[in-house]
Amino acid sequence: MHTDRVDRVRQGDLRAGSRLMRDLDDRIPKAIEELKSLYAHTGRGYIVGVTGNPGSGKSTVVDALIALYREQGLRVGVVAVDPTSPFSGGAILGDRIRMQRHALDPGVFIRSLATRGHLGGLSRSTFDVVSVLDALGFDRILVETVGVGQDEIDVMRAAHTSIVITVPGLGDDIQALKAGILEIADVLVVNKADREGVDRAVRDLTHMLQLRGHDERAQIEIVRTIAARGLGEGSGVRALAAAIDAHRERWDGGEEGRRRARDRAAAHVGDIVRDRLAERAARRMREQGGLDAVADKVAAREQDPYTAAEDILRDL
Amino acid sequence: MTETQTENKERSIRILVAKPGLDGHDRGAKVVARALADAGYEVVYTGLHQTPEMVAATALQEDVDAIGLSIMSGAHLTLFPAVMEALKAQSAEDIVVFGGGIIPDDDLPKLQTIGVDKIFKPGASTTEIVEWVEGSLRPKVEARRG
Ligand SMILES: Nc1nc2c(ncn2[C@@H]2O[C@H](COP(=O)(O)OP(=O)(O)O)[C@@H](O)[C@H]2O)c(=O)[nH]1
Ligand SMILES: [Mg+2]
Repeated sequence: MHTDRVDRVRQGDLRAGSRLMRDLDDRIPKAIEELKSLYAHTGRGYIVGVTGNPGSGKSTVVDALIALYREQGLRVGVVAVDPTSPFSGGAILGDRIRMQRHALDPGVFIRSLATRGHLGGLSRSTFDVVSVLDALGFDRILVETVGVGQDEIDVMRAAHTSIVITVPGLGDDIQALKAGILEIADVLVVNKADREGVDRAVRDLTHMLQLRGHDERAQIEIVRTIAARGLGEGSGVRALAAAIDAHRERWDGGEEGRRRARDRAAAHVGDIVRDRLAERAARRMREQGGLDAVADKVAAREQDPYTAAEDILRDL
Repeated sequence: MTETQTENKERSIRILVAKPGLDGHDRGAKVVARALADAGYEVVYTGLHQTPEMVAATALQEDVDAIGLSIMSGAHLTLFPAVMEALKAQSAEDIVVFGGGIIPDDDLPKLQTIGVDKIFKPGASTTEIVEWVEGSLRPKVEARRG
């Protein structure tokens, strides 16, 4: 029944792929069945995750990497995530603005995604769109995350190579990176290297890496970029791409590469399980009159929050 | 997590807001983009100086339901037909096109003939835009996507 669109995606039909991404993002059951059939045909694309604080230059770096990979004749897919407003449920997806020079290149496919506020759903939708890009035959898949929170860390774990971008002049910001994000960085970028304070930023990062001792973390490269220059003189984007390649070659085909593939698969499955459980719990709460009903009891100390939660979760 | 998000009672609505042509005023486009996002829709915003071909290619990659064009330059009678042509060339005539900007009443019938769904006047309220999305666009989206 769904083989039609599955076949079209496998043949590289971008419109079919684009529609499938939308249906997956909208959680249409039929689309999930299609993705099941497609999954065996994925696993060829190389996924590069790009994270960093808003404004650090993620989209600009992605734009420059697209240009470089295109120069190498590789086809490039991009997933760019922006936040959904928790108040309206709407979103402005503006990452493409910095990538529009590639809009007419048939070897480039850029897809914007909103976080949509799903529990763990950000990574699930992102994984799904990445899978479709992979099945469509894109060689490199760049994933731009929103910022540097827990959701991002989950997404970055799904990448083959994770780039974390910082900028000069944010001493505290670099300190904040310590919490979790540095553990997932394979390549560190100090972007906006045309600004004051680059050496200091590189020194701080180097110091933080050294504190980690002589494990694999010690091999992390720190690259300075001026992504706004694209591939122009002194942009450093070629060095960044070389660092990504070096990371890839280090792990590809070896034990570490297999471990990472297992981690990715585990993260993907775990994510779906969490998401489905959360969905069921939400349905159960609705059936029981919503959270408001229990909230009144808990607020009045007629019931404790654990018992209330256990009632909701019973036999889930 | 809201009920709609878990239950998929409703399809999401995705809209591309683009600013074709050469003039450098994107304030109107930004206002419309913001209003649509505040009303709960996902808005892909691509900034200034988009060619009709870029608008069509972006609409396909983003799988949007509608394209809103903001045209202040007076070039609406060239730009709207060019975008409609570019969509047709991609067999994507099913994407609804609407617009806003400085467009004289006399030109509205011409735009309607080529299939432009709706033109908002400068200063159109968010309420008016949302009413159009819910009353006119959403039924089309649901009929098309199921
Ligand atoms: N000075 C300078 N500005 C940059 C550089 N790279 C990006 N920017 C600017 O930083 C701002 C944010 O960039 P963007 O790529 O949108 O950041 P994102 O929010 O992380 O995706 C934009 O105004 C860019 O033009 C750079 O290397 N140097
Ligand atoms: Mg960005």
